[in-house]
Amino acid sequence: MIEAVGLTKRYGAKTAVYNLSFQVRPGAVTGFLGPNGSGKSTTMRMILGLDEPTAGHVTVGGYPFGKLPNAPRQVGALLDAKAVHGGRSARQHLLCLAQLSGIPARRVDEVLGVVGLQNAARKRSKGFSLGMGQRLGIAAALLGDPQVLLFDEPVNGLDPEGILWVRNFMKQLASEGRTVFVSSHLMSEMALTADHLIVIGRGQLLADMNVKDFISYNSADFARVRTPEGDPGQREKLTAALSEAGGQVLPEQDGALRVTGLPLPRISDLAHKADVRLWELSPHQASLEEAYMRMTQGAVDYRSTIDERAALQQPQQPVPGAVPQGAPYGYAPGAQGQPVGFPPGTVLPGYAEPPAPPRQPHAPGGAMPSAPAAPAPPAAPATSAPAAAAAAMPPTAPPAAPAAPPAQPPAAPPAPADLTKSDTEDAR
Amino acid sequence: MTTPYQQQSQAPIPPQSPPQSPPQSPPQGPPQAAPPMPPQAPHQTNPYQAAPHHHAPHHHTQPPQPPHQQMPSGPPSQPYAGVGPYTSPIPVRRTSLGNALASEWTKIKSVRSTIWTLGVMVALVIGIGLLVAATTADSDYDTVPTTLPGFFGTLLGQLCVVTLGVLVITSEYSTGMIRTTLTACPQRSRVLTAKALVFFALSFTSTTVALVLVAYASMGMHSGPAVAEPTGDQILGATVGAGLYVSLLGLLSLAVGAILRHSAGAITTMLGVMLLPSILPAFLMMSDSLRDLGSKMLEYSSPQSLASLFQIDDGLNNGWPQLSVLAGITAAAMVAAYALLEKRDV
Repeated sequence: MIEAVGLTKRYGAKTAVYNLSFQVRPGAVTGFLGPNGSGKSTTMRMILGLDEPTAGHVTVGGYPFGKLPNAPRQVGALLDAKAVHGGRSARQHLLCLAQLSGIPARRVDEVLGVVGLQNAARKRSKGFSLGMGQRLGIAAALLGDPQVLLFDEPVNGLDPEGILWVRNFMKQLASEGRTVFVSSHLMSEMALTADHLIVIGRGQLLADMNVKDFISYNSADFARVRTPEGDPGQREKLTAALSEAGGQVLPEQDGALRVTGLPLPRISDLAHKADVRLWELSPHQASLEEAYMRMTQGAVDYRSTIDERAALQQPQQPVPGAVPQGAPYGYAPGAQGQPVGFPPGTVLPGYAEPPAPPRQPHAPGGAMPSAPAAPAPPAAPATSAPAAAAAAMPPTAPPAAPAAPPAQPPAAPPAPADLTKSDTEDAR
Repeated sequence: MTTPYQQQSQAPIPPQSPPQSPPQSPPQGPPQAAPPMPPQAPHQTNPYQAAPHHHAPHHHTQPPQPPHQQMPSGPPSQPYAGVGPYTSPIPVRRTSLGNALASEWTKIKSVRSTIWTLGVMVALVIGIGLLVAATTADSDYDTVPTTLPGFFGTLLGQLCVVTLGVLVITSEYSTGMIRTTLTACPQRSRVLTAKALVFFALSFTSTTVALVLVAYASMGMHSGPAVAEPTGDQILGATVGAGLYVSLLGLLSLAVGAILRHSAGAITTMLGVMLLPSILPAFLMMSDSLRDLGSKMLEYSSPQSLASLFQIDDGLNNGWPQLSVLAGITAAAMVAAYALLEKRDV
């Protein structure tokens, strides 16, 4: 159980995290999402007591991290796979961490086996690939058989086998009743792994809800409807009928219609009534990625633009090496309202054009997007319309646990069967 | 099958709960069936026992353990899907400085830079010392004690100790290991204490052993009726005194490294600390009013301090005042290092 209340962190004038409150509960994998620079790692560092919050507080299992009697036995963390001394062997690295919390050396060999590094145990970690480094970091997190696990980008650099392993492993850890808090950029991965999502943008909470809710709140599920080709009349007739019934109809590039706001059977009924034949009537469910893009597009700090290579072309001006004015250099904010990584004008299949977000707070043309100078109010204009809507949505956060008297034993401890299972899994 | 933590199970840390008759029942079924244990009485002073957890019995033939304090579970939470919050079957015990010392010892001996720097230091002290002892004649020791040869190697060897002192802490910062370390041990002062103790013990032992070796070798080579036996004070200064001086210098480097958190910066600072008191007096001596300051500075510079400890000249004091000044500076730097470590974000 991780509980953050009003967590705020400022670095000088930059506010990295502002008024963040959330709970991460046991028994589920909680995904922690947000664009680059949105404050995910800062939040994780504050949870682990590495950074002192400017305001607010965060507790793990009811206690500030620094007050835990034996932190690694209660909280395991993978923050940065490269946060090891490269000159030390994997085994020695884990051994020194184990000794720090009184864990016997045998456990080191055990976790090395769990992550599959036993053959590299005596090698210096300098030569490790990114994936091996991640495995070493996961091993370190597991050393103390902790109740709470934090992983910052755990699948970074892992091979497909490793990604699958991490995915199943996290689910298994959560099913044992542990609290698993994972940050990631990989939406497809999160969609498969996480049960619950906490999304932040520009250091503020955008959403705290389970994955299904998140997708349905933040994406427009729509129906694809196709009328017979070569008969535009039918298409127009259907468009009119659907619009009249309250649906929103948008033509797609291939001639199909994208209908939102009407359930599939109703579309079929309306078509039948209008005497229009349908060649296709298919539901389209948005993915987590689309939902995430819609929610965070207003909160993206670093936006990519297309490389026009203008600076490499024949210099128009005699000054060699001068950057032509207006060239998309640095982090100049790109076209507004476009998802990251796509040139302006690209129509993405399945990507609903979002309502144009309000102007970004940073001045266009500035080499760097200026950081929000002051903590924006909770529903900052920086967040785009859907995001703001989501933030203002009825709190879907699961009801806070009632403060039961401590004498009452907390929910049934795991059955012994679970324990032996986890033992054998670990010993594998 | 043994649990990975059996050692601890067998030697549990002082059970912080009042003696309760341990449940005598053999491995029981689900914990719900466990004999009702009296809820932890509120008179306990340990704040971590606010939320009692009943130790889920699961191991076979272990002697019945006194009820262990499990990890605090905080406010009872509402888990998903009816899964109870996970509780490690292995009892959690408090950590102490001893754990941190063991960890730092593993750290310091498991990187090559330590072995190399200390190896070079010992080689310099012993090698140069024996070389000097072997190439000098008995008559050279008319005015100086026969323990002198260790001095020359120590002058160079102290650079190694300074470098190592800096690296012991800054390598954690440069690699990011410090975040891993402080996550595993949020008691930051304990980490610094353990580092300082382990490093000081290691550098003091290795320098002193090397110096003792050189001193007695030299005394053996240059003995006889014509040569004065070094006094006990002289032997002490040339071995323990010099060893203490060098390792204190190393500890100061560690503190400077903890303050600056940057290898190159800290090593440069330490070179300044060691060299400037030898160089500055040359300028200070030019002015009458600063002459006293200049000569004092020279007297307390690191080569001169070592020279005093080795009694290289009759006119010098025995070096212990310099040693105490260095100890004072080191203590102040350590205090600053502790304060900054606690205060700063990592």
